[in-house]
Amino acid sequence: MNIACRVVNLQEEYTKLFKDQKALLESGAPNKVNALRDKAMAIFEEKGIPSNKVEDYKYTNLQPYFKGSLNLSLSSEAAHANVTNHFHCEVPQLETYNVFLVNGWYSEQNEKIAFPDGVVVSSIRTAAKDHPEVFEKHYGEVAPMESDAMVAMNTAFAQDGAFIYVPKGVVLDKPIQIVNIMNGETDRLAFQRNLIVVEENSQVKVMLCDHTVSPNKFVINSVSEVYAAENSVFDVYNIQNQHNLTTQVAGMYVHQKKHSNILTNSLTLHSGITRNNVRVTMDDEHCESHVYGLYLSDKNQHVDNFTFIDHAKPNCESFELYKGVLDDSATGAFTGKVLVQKDAQKTNAYQSNNNLLLTESARVNSKPQLEIYADDVKCSHGATVGQLDDEAMFYLRARGISETESRILLMFAFAYEVIEKIRVEPLKEQIRGLVEKRFRGEFDKCDSCVVCGQAGNTVSCL
Amino acid sequence: MAEDQNKILDEVTGGEYKYGFHSDIDMETIPKGLSEDVVRIISAKKNEPEWMLEFRLKAYRHWQTMTTPDWAHLNIPEIDFQDIIFYAAPKKKPELESMDEVDPDLVATFEKLGIPLDEQKVLAGVAVDAVIDSVSVKTTYKETLAEKGIIFCSISEAIQEFPDLVKKYLGSVVPHGDNYFAALNAAVFSDGSFVYIPKGVRCPMELSTYFRINAINTGQFERTLIVADDDSYVSYLEGCTAPMRDENQLHAAIVEIVTMERAEVKYSTVQNWYPGDKDGKGGIFNFVTKRAICKGDYSKVMWTQVETGSAVTWKYPSCVLQGDHSVGEFYSVAVTNNHQQADTGTKMIHLGKNTRSLIVSKGVSAGKSQNSYRGLVKVAKKAENARNFSQCDSLLLGDQCGAHTFPYLEIVNNTAKVEHEATTSKIGEDQIFYCNQRGMSTEDAVGLIVNGYVKEVINQLPMEFAVEAQKLLQISLEGSVG
Repeated sequence: MNIACRVVNLQEEYTKLFKDQKALLESGAPNKVNALRDKAMAIFEEKGIPSNKVEDYKYTNLQPYFKGSLNLSLSSEAAHANVTNHFHCEVPQLETYNVFLVNGWYSEQNEKIAFPDGVVVSSIRTAAKDHPEVFEKHYGEVAPMESDAMVAMNTAFAQDGAFIYVPKGVVLDKPIQIVNIMNGETDRLAFQRNLIVVEENSQVKVMLCDHTVSPNKFVINSVSEVYAAENSVFDVYNIQNQHNLTTQVAGMYVHQKKHSNILTNSLTLHSGITRNNVRVTMDDEHCESHVYGLYLSDKNQHVDNFTFIDHAKPNCESFELYKGVLDDSATGAFTGKVLVQKDAQKTNAYQSNNNLLLTESARVNSKPQLEIYADDVKCSHGATVGQLDDEAMFYLRARGISETESRILLMFAFAYEVIEKIRVEPLKEQIRGLVEKRFRGEFDKCDSCVVCGQAGNTVSCL
Repeated sequence: MAEDQNKILDEVTGGEYKYGFHSDIDMETIPKGLSEDVVRIISAKKNEPEWMLEFRLKAYRHWQTMTTPDWAHLNIPEIDFQDIIFYAAPKKKPELESMDEVDPDLVATFEKLGIPLDEQKVLAGVAVDAVIDSVSVKTTYKETLAEKGIIFCSISEAIQEFPDLVKKYLGSVVPHGDNYFAALNAAVFSDGSFVYIPKGVRCPMELSTYFRINAINTGQFERTLIVADDDSYVSYLEGCTAPMRDENQLHAAIVEIVTMERAEVKYSTVQNWYPGDKDGKGGIFNFVTKRAICKGDYSKVMWTQVETGSAVTWKYPSCVLQGDHSVGEFYSVAVTNNHQQADTGTKMIHLGKNTRSLIVSKGVSAGKSQNSYRGLVKVAKKAENARNFSQCDSLLLGDQCGAHTFPYLEIVNNTAKVEHEATTSKIGEDQIFYCNQRGMSTEDAVGLIVNGYVKEVINQLPMEFAVEAQKLLQISLEGSVG
């Protein structure tokens, strides 16, 4: 069922919506999901949608975007109604296990894919039935709803999302590609809740591709929880390609166990208002985490990356690199919190945030933070804001390279530092190509994997 | 080995506070507590003009609407403002001629602190304004300075004698409602120094204010105002100490600096308020608002601070770079030991074209202390070609302490070049080993390494201060080699 809501006063109306529709929200949803709703709602009611008065959301006031007339689909049928999916999101030379989610709901049109060795990819609704022990154990355990109102809101409203389970000792041959499509004839509000469990000694790579295919306003609040067990290797690439009317709050919460190695990469290529929350908790010794991000923004786009790396145990390493190129009136923000807890000796934590401002009206706010309670640690952070280096430009110009070409070359070199961290070769090539096109201003005639290019679709980059 | 090191560390950082004595000086105080009447009493005691009283009352009324800030990385127990004496002054004896003017007890106090009040014996060439508890007791070298047209006196005197100047600049950099403690200070400030350097004058000597909290249960609220007119230069020093007491005492000060075209002001602080004992009992709560405005083109302000004292430090000397080509610099060493907490840093606000700022902050934490750097670099829309470089390093001595950095970079202009770097580390075993191998004790090695680490900042201090600062560092760190 589709519910149309007009939101003016945020808390009241969302609370009312929750109370009025509770039966529908709960119908068909797993017990554990329903069990957390009331508590989450209580937290959300108290905190509300964060404005820039909340320190963690200082540079992104979400309130205006969650107001207005929005449709919320409370069942899978409603979410898929009038939506035909001709969408393809393919990376050349890369075979993936491909599943679709439409408006936050796991698509029933997904083909039955035969996964090897007991790997499960399904809707969380199915997962709760088929694998209750795994689901009950991890759902809602990683994402902290007490400290973040948006997680609380998601926990209260979430009905569906993707579930990935990789059993012990399985190394998946191909990446799993989850394509999130926002579609419909009306403006929409969507919630999505993913759960990924990577068991001991197993390895998996996940691509989250976010797209919008109709020219409506979309407001998305998604939360992904990842549990990486001992010796596991987990990669997630979040490729965000949405039009300018989109507001997305994407949460990625990772819990690491001994010797696990994780990588998250938020690639914001095109968006409206994007807020990425990445939180990594290293809950055992010898964990390694790589947290990367690249944001290329123009027009009035806004990208805010908020990261929190929690070194809870000794002997862990973290590497963080975020780079942004801001054109036109785009605004960017970065917050990188690194917490080294009391006994987390022998911690190595590196963090860096670099920004290029291309025009007079582009702006950026950067807030790297270190909070350290142990003494035998090596931590550093750096942040820069600047323009292309005049000397480098001169060097290239002196060698007969045109000004435009020099600029593109330098910008690309700047961005490539993040692209090269991608551990899936064909994807790296694809992103490389996309970024280069983006810098050349050829974005409007792009491939199938971007906002406007798919065959037969008239949506333009708004 | 590690245990030995810890022992030496403990010895090195466990030094005693040597300024903890208390002098018996006849004091005149007003009853405890804060109310509009108290504000009026303070104003009346100082025989202030009507506009001054208005200024205070406005601030007091505004203060009442505010709440204590809680955003700093500090754990501050609630302050009972009704339990504080807001005015304490040494009782004046009948005025005598020339140099016997000052109470011998006071002179003795300042002698103990190593502050030369007695002009005739002074070779140091530093003009001193000594502030005890709330009142400026003596300003030296006044006449010499007056010849050049420099005004250096207590702010109460300035209010009487140069009301126009004070009226024009007081509260122009830190308005009365700026923040909680600034509002409190504006309401009850008792004294401080006033400096005016006329056009084209280069102040021939270092100006210095020495602050001392002496009386029990009092808060100290001083206010310093420095105005440097076109093409002038002044270097200003500030030092502070307090007796050892079991209860916490409050210190909330304001420093305002105005620099006109091509003027340069150098402001150096060695802050050594009583930090509390080993268990964190007692000590000064130090809430200070310091701000400079580079009004004229090509003006320059330089803050240098060595923060070793206070139980709680909350202090962000800032520069508003309004004039084109103006320069702001901030050099800081903050050392915390035992249960001390420091949340300090700077704000560089670039408004004019081609403005530059430099931040060098060195934190050293030992014992169970928490040491934070918090800084803002803001480049406004019209600040073309602004340039900033910040470096914030932390050194951890011991595994119980914390070191934190909270930089904020807000850039709205694409011609800006802003860089921030921070590192956190401890003294490497290899470094100690290297020194040991060359016959140095571990204690000396740590001293050497720490001194080398803070050298960049200490080098910015005037000679006499640099020596004092280095000694202070050694005392503060005594007993914490790790």
